Amino acid sequence: MALDGTPDDARAWIEAAAPTHPSLIDARHVVADLYNVVNVPTILWIDARGRIVRPNDVAFGADTFKHLTGLSSARHLDALRAWVRGEGPAMSPEEVRHHQRLPTAADQQARAEFALGQWLWTHGRAAAAERHFVRGGELAPHDFTIRRGTMPLRGIDSMGPQFRAMRQAWAEAGQPYYRPLPDTAGSDVGGSGSRGGPAAPASRESDTGQ
Amino acid sequence: MDRLTLIDDERVVQLAARLDGDGVRLDPAALEKALGWTVHDGLLCNDAMCVPLADEGTLVSEAGIDLAGFARVLDRALAVDLAERAAFLGGSARERGQVLASQQAPDFTLPDLDGRPHSLSEHRGKKILLVVWASW
Repeated sequence: MALDGTPDDARAWIEAAAPTHPSLIDARHVVADLYNVVNVPTILWIDARGRIVRPNDVAFGADTFKHLTGLSSARHLDALRAWVRGEGPAMSPEEVRHHQRLPTAADQQARAEFALGQWLWTHGRAAAAERHFVRGGELAPHDFTIRRGTMPLRGIDSMGPQFRAMRQAWAEAGQPYYRPLPDTAGSDVGGSGSRGGPAAPASRESDTGQ
Repeated sequence: MDRLTLIDDERVVQLAARLDGDGVRLDPAALEKALGWTVHDGLLCNDAMCVPLADEGTLVSEAGIDLAGFARVLDRALAVDLAERAAFLGGSARERGQVLASQQAPDFTLPDLDGRPHSLSEHRGKKILLVVWASW
């Protein structure tokens, strides 16, 4: 689903892709809230019984941005295809729990600030909305669905200098912009990409090398 | 008495309230009518549940029900804009975390480009790849 404010923001991409699956618009970031999504793209696997069998992960459908992200699309796509065909595993409940990041009170407070900002914006109170978008970004600086996601609304180019400066500051703080799971990233830290067991905790904090 | 716009998920209600430097106090009758919550006998209740209050006197005074205290008792996030007389009641970190830790994917309903609603639960019985993306 698209974390976009209106269908028109996402329309061109959806129509170009002409998907055969449902392609939805999540203007109020409902799914981001329920699933603790803090950036895009984020993917999850859900099995036929409705259970999460791969928690929040970063995966691209193609290598268009590989030169920027350092992330190859093949690892996840290969694992996905194997899982769908019944030829490969999903994660065990223990692995899922190990890799899940649960929301904190500050994360939820940031989401409330974002939501209030959205409401104020749609009711013509842009200056007030801005205050809450900024506050949300302060409370959850890792939540780029807020810090970057509000840029189009605020008339800021989400791919322009302000975003690049934000990303640079984030990197200088030693924080990865994307947090793929170890087997998707192909990180050698804590398990050499093994899917047989949980990766060591250190691997969750590893820089993806961007 | 002022009026506060309180947004609770998709519901937007106007409540009689007192807004001042100390925060927001809601008129109890207005809160009950709009959102179904009442405070009595040391409990905060709606139709579905009751939450025991450590200190009813802190939550409720002659001036009304403290909005921040109300949110805290329910463990819900709260964003307030006194100048704009608006507030948003968000999700509980504890509740969201418990759902995710159960590993049962939470259901949701969202529209497609044509405005037609789709729910995750409609697809039970199939393996699902959920992809969250954005034009930004």
